[in-house]
Order: sequence, then C-alpha cells, then structure tokens
Amino acid sequence: MNIVLFLAPFSVGLGALGLLAFFWTMRSGQYDDPKGDAERILYDHLDEGPESDH
Amino acid sequence: MSIALHRDLEAFVERDEAGRGRVELLVNGARCAGCISKIEKAVRGVPGVSAARLNLTTGKLAVELEPGKADPQAVVDTVEGLGYRACLFDPAEAKAAQDREGRELALALGVAGFGAGNVMMFTVPAWAGLFGQELNASTLTLMYWMAAIVATPCALFAGRPFFRSAWASLKRGKANMDVPISIGVILTLIVSFSETILHGQHAYFDAAVTLLFLLLIGRYLDHRLRANARSAARDLLALQTPVAMRLTGDVEQGIPVAEVAVGDRLVVAPGERVPVDGLVESGRSDLDNALITGETALAPVGAGARLHAGALNLSGRLVMTATARSEDSTLAAIARLMEAGAQTRSAYVRLADKAAALYVPVVHTIAALTFVGGWALGLGPREALLRAAAVLIVTCPCALGLAVPAVQIAASSRLFRKGVLVKSGAALERLAEVDHVVFDKTGVLTEGRPRLIDAPAHLLALAAPLARASRHPLAKAMALEAGFGLVAAECVEAAGQGVEGLIDGRRARLGRAAFVGVEGGDARETELWFGFEGDVKIRFVFEDQPRADAAETIAELRRLGLSVEVLSGDLAGPVRDICHGAGITDWRAGLTPFEKASIVDALKASGRKVLMVGDGLNDAAALAKAHASMAPGAAVDAAQNAADLVFTGEGLGVVVEAIETAREARRRALENFGFSALYNLVAAPAAMLGFINPFIAALAMSGSSMVVLLNAARPSVSQARLSLRSRR
Repeated sequence: MNIVLFLAPFSVGLGALGLLAFFWTMRSGQYDDPKGDAERILYDHLDEGPESDH
Repeated sequence: MSIALHRDLEAFVERDEAGRGRVELLVNGARCAGCISKIEKAVRGVPGVSAARLNLTTGKLAVELEPGKADPQAVVDTVEGLGYRACLFDPAEAKAAQDREGRELALALGVAGFGAGNVMMFTVPAWAGLFGQELNASTLTLMYWMAAIVATPCALFAGRPFFRSAWASLKRGKANMDVPISIGVILTLIVSFSETILHGQHAYFDAAVTLLFLLLIGRYLDHRLRANARSAARDLLALQTPVAMRLTGDVEQGIPVAEVAVGDRLVVAPGERVPVDGLVESGRSDLDNALITGETALAPVGAGARLHAGALNLSGRLVMTATARSEDSTLAAIARLMEAGAQTRSAYVRLADKAAALYVPVVHTIAALTFVGGWALGLGPREALLRAAAVLIVTCPCALGLAVPAVQIAASSRLFRKGVLVKSGAALERLAEVDHVVFDKTGVLTEGRPRLIDAPAHLLALAAPLARASRHPLAKAMALEAGFGLVAAECVEAAGQGVEGLIDGRRARLGRAAFVGVEGGDARETELWFGFEGDVKIRFVFEDQPRADAAETIAELRRLGLSVEVLSGDLAGPVRDICHGAGITDWRAGLTPFEKASIVDALKASGRKVLMVGDGLNDAAALAKAHASMAPGAAVDAAQNAADLVFTGEGLGVVVEAIETAREARRRALENFGFSALYNLVAAPAAMLGFINPFIAALAMSGSSMVVLLNAARPSVSQARLSLRSRR
C-alpha cells in the first residue's frame, strides 16, 4: 500500500506537468493562428515557430 | 489641383518608448502559404519595416516599424499592389479584439480537465473500495485528503468565471444561472471537507470539479460563437470605416473619423465616402447619395456644395471643409433614433433568461426545503446537507443552460457557412418570431450598382476603349459589359466631367452630356454620353438591376406565411418597376428615414413582428426599431451596426434561409427545454429522497447535457430539404 504514497503524487505531478505545458502553449500564442501555422510548416523559410503577442 | 506629397498615417501607429512602431492591417484574400510568403516578403522589403507577420486565422498582418521614418501607407500600398485588399486597423479596436475572456475560459477549462481527471484517480478506487470492502477507513480518508488537495485549488480556479458572474448578479439583486452553480460547487466542497475531517464516507470532490469541467465546455463553445461573430463584424466595419484624410498644408494626414474637428480641411478621393458633413472647397465630382436618401440618380457637386456624411464620391478628388464633427453629422439624428430603437429591443427577454427567472428561485427553494425538511424529519444535518447538495447538482441548470446556446451555435455556424453573420443569439430568437418583412429597394431588392441597359453591341464596342481607361463607376460598368479589348490612348480624365482620349487616332469623349457637347440631357436618369469629335453623340443609360432571385425570394417568404412590403426613399417610378418585377403589391416611395422608422413603429404598435432588410443610412433607424433586422455586407456601417444579421453574397435567398434556420433553432431550443424540464422532474425528487448521491447526480447531469448537445447538432429535416433545393 505504501507504494501508493509515492505513485499518487507522482502521477498527479505528471498531470500537473501536462497542465503547465498547456499554460505554456497558451502563453506563447500557439493557438493564435492555427490555420497559418498549418501552412507555414510546409515551407522552411516560413517555419519560424510560433510567435508571442509582442 | 495640388496633389498631396505625403499621406501621413501616424495616428494608426502604436509606438513604444524606444520609438518602435506597430501597425495592424486587415488583409483580405490571403489563403495559403504562398500568400503568407508573398505578403511577408514584400512587406519586409518596405523601408523602415523591421518585421511582418500575417495571421491567417484572423487575417491580420502585424507590422513592426523601426523608429523614425516608416510609412504605414507604403505598407498598405505594397499589400494592395500584390492584389489583396488591405486596410489599417484602429489601435484601440485592435486592443479590444484581443480575446482575454476566451483565454481565461480556456485556462479554466484546462485546469478543470486536469482536476477532474486526477481527482477521479483517488475517488474511483474509493467508490470501488466502498463496495468491495478492500479499503479500510483510514485509507479512504487518505484518498479523500489527496483528492481534496488536487480538487480544491482546481475548483476554485476553474470556478472563477462562475463565481464572478454570480457575485455580479447578486450585487444587482438578481440571481442568474451561475448562482446555483456557485453555491452547488462551494457547498459540495464544504460538505466533502467536513466528511473527510469527520472520517465520513461521502466526499464529493470529484463531483465539484467534473461539474465545472462540463459547464466550462458549454461556456467556452458559447463564447467562441459570440467571439467569432463579433470579430467578423468588427472586420467588416474596419473595411468600411473610412480614414478621414486631413489636409494640413500639402500633407494629407490619415486620422480616425471620430477625431475630425469643425473647420478641418479634408480630402475625399474618388471611391471614398464623405466622412463628415461639410462644404466643398474645391474640385468637382458626382456623388452617390443612395445610402443616405435611397435615391439612385447621381448628384453633381462643385465648389460650395453641401456634402452629407456617408455619400460616396464617384469621380473627382474633392477638398472639403468639415462643418460638423462625426457625432454631429447627418447621422446624429438617425443615430439617436437608432439608440431609442435598440433600447426597446434590448428589453426583449431571451428564452433562456425567462427560464432562468423561473428556475433559479425554484431550485434554491427546493434545495433549502430538502435541507430543512430532512433535518426536521430526523436525518441529521450531515445527511440533510448532502441531499441538498445532490439536489443542487442534479438540477444544475447545465442542460438548461446549454439548451439554447448549443442550438444557437449550431444554427449560427450553419448560417455562417452560407454567408450570413449572426450578431447575437437573441437575434435568432427574434427572427424566428417574425411575421412581416419590410424591404428597402436600393441595394437590397436591387444590386445597388448601376448596370448598362439596352446598349447595341456595336455602339458599346465603339465607346469601350475609353470606358476601359476610366475609373468612374459608370464607365467601369460599361467596360465590364464590353469585356476585354483595346484601351484608348492619351487618356485624360476630367474630374466630375468625363474622360477624353484617342481611339484609332480620332479624339473622343465619354462622360457628362455637357462634356461631350450635348445640350440638356435628362438629369433624372443615370447616363453617359459618348462621341467622336464632330460626330454623332451616343447616349448610354444605366439602371440599378434587381437581384436575380428577388422574385423567387418574395414567393418563398409568402409560402412561409410572411407578408412583404417595400419602403423606399427613391422616386415612385423606379420603385414601382422593381416591385412589379418582384411581385410586390405593397410599396411606398419617397420616404424619409424618419417616416420609415415611424412606419415600422406603427406596424409594431399594431402587433406585427417586423423583419427589416435594409442597407442605407436611411434604413438605420428602421433597422434598429424593427423586431429583427438584416443588412447586406455592402451596407454602410450604421446599417450594419443596427442590423442583427449581416449577409454577404449576391443572392437574397439567404433571407428565407435565415428565417427557416431561426425557426428550426427555436423548435430545437424548445425541445431541449422540454427534455431538461422532464429530466429535472424525475431527478430532483429522486435526489430529495436520497436515491441519488452527489456523484451520481454529476453523472446524470452531464448525461442530460450530452442529450441536449446532440439534439442541437442533429442535422435537420428542413436543412436537408434546403440543401436538396439548392443542389437542384
């Protein structure tokens, strides 16, 4: 049963990591232009990664 | 005429402390990676531009400018030179367009999703353990504590949009749907904590977070619908909002129309709208007043003539002196009427609000009764509170809250694909109730632009080379009719007069009667004259053509049981012709904007629900007064602002589709209400009697929400019929 004390926080931590990643994608503006990003990835000179708001 | 050396658009640049500037442009027509590449490369090549990035989703081009000499006009010209339509975005508007609320909802949704998933990890074994007796009491408490650690911060964060809205509504002395949601969530958390501390078996941390997660999904969808409609409307307006060009010395400076002061000298280029009321200082031109008065005949103006805001300058460059600010212009009286109309309309109570007004107090009373009654009947405060929480959750107005927005999202996106923009959900509800349709003539029943009529092909071919060289709208209409071909040489355009040039070595003129050398001419008709020097003069007549499907649309509207009427500001002759062609017997001509509005008022007073379809300033007041209103995409800002729905495209048939979709949506919303009511009638008593614990309540609640969502998304019979008809 003791393993639960380790596994439970660990898995919550993994979930929290995913949540943080989601926050990061929001903050760095990765949902600002889904259509444009889908096109940009096709060309090397356009694919500079997402750009933040400012 | 002095040509301005420099068009200064500094007012549209946002500068930081270091002097670096940023402008936003709305670019129309960009669709693929090729467009991105072309536009960004060209704009980065403009001197003074340090970076450019095109957002394909919103159609906005963000351009960063180096400190000092960087010219936004050069950027606009560059983009337009590539063949895309571009216009500058007011920085204040650009700020407003940033979707803060959507971002907050998305974050709350993410947190609630994380919370719901992870709390389940602790509570599902707890639920299973309760039945299997594998977990002892202390393990259960431990599980609950872990669930509490995860769920509480998540619920408090994800619940903020609800708590805030509930608090704001309570402060106004009312209770909206968010009040029971907030109380339900907080009560569930409190009960769960007390259970956990007292080593009880009934903690429902999972229910609180799951509830918020499901509610936020609906909230987010609803928000997206409204944000999309709003931003599309804002873009349409930005395309139309004229930049007033202020003349200071030799410099034209672009300023937002709202900043024009009395006495400013303004330049109105051909093709632009007059920004404010004023007097012509110099220049000659023809004005199209159709959007102000509904009249289709062009009005020639010269120095000293009075200009009304909203008139379209057709042929020559005009320099004018502003005699009124934007707020005091001709629009002012109309705008006041519009406001009055909009106020009476905002008093309309939405279906969902009607339901909430009944529902919320009833739910609270039942929950309170459950608690008091349960305690009084000897259940003990813990059990009684638990039941009260279950009642609140199971009757959570989730299905009820989703019933209408889900249907409206589905209907709006259906209409959006057909080129109709719905400004609000309430607009759809009002549109469904309409029983009388009032049309404007110019630009609604007709295409709103002149077309050449009855011109023999050989005569047209003679004049076409000159027509192709001119930018005048009438000449353009002629060139369009004639197709591609020769262009006259040595063309000189005389502003407000016509164009002169060489065709096969012979000097020829195309333009006004006097310019070509004809005495008189019928000023009531839209015409152009053409003639070679010393030869016979030929007359070309233009007419505003009815939309191709006008008659068919009127017939369809009658089939739906609606009566149709035309109110026009134009002269009786053209109105009669158009109405006759479209099969409308009920029409009135020569009306002022105020008369239009008062006729709509009178119709309302007699109990009719009026749909007004109009495009001009002269319709704006009537649009605002009508029960529901539609405006074509080519309409003036004021009309689009006043209208509930804006439709693009050539056809009028979308009016019928919009009404049918709205009626269908109303049926669906009522079905959803019926279902939610039935669900609550069964579930609430069950919860009161203790058959349902808060966790089951949360599941039942989400099940009912799913049913409502699926019903909204279900393709409809009438839609299928419509698409069949359009395929035929």
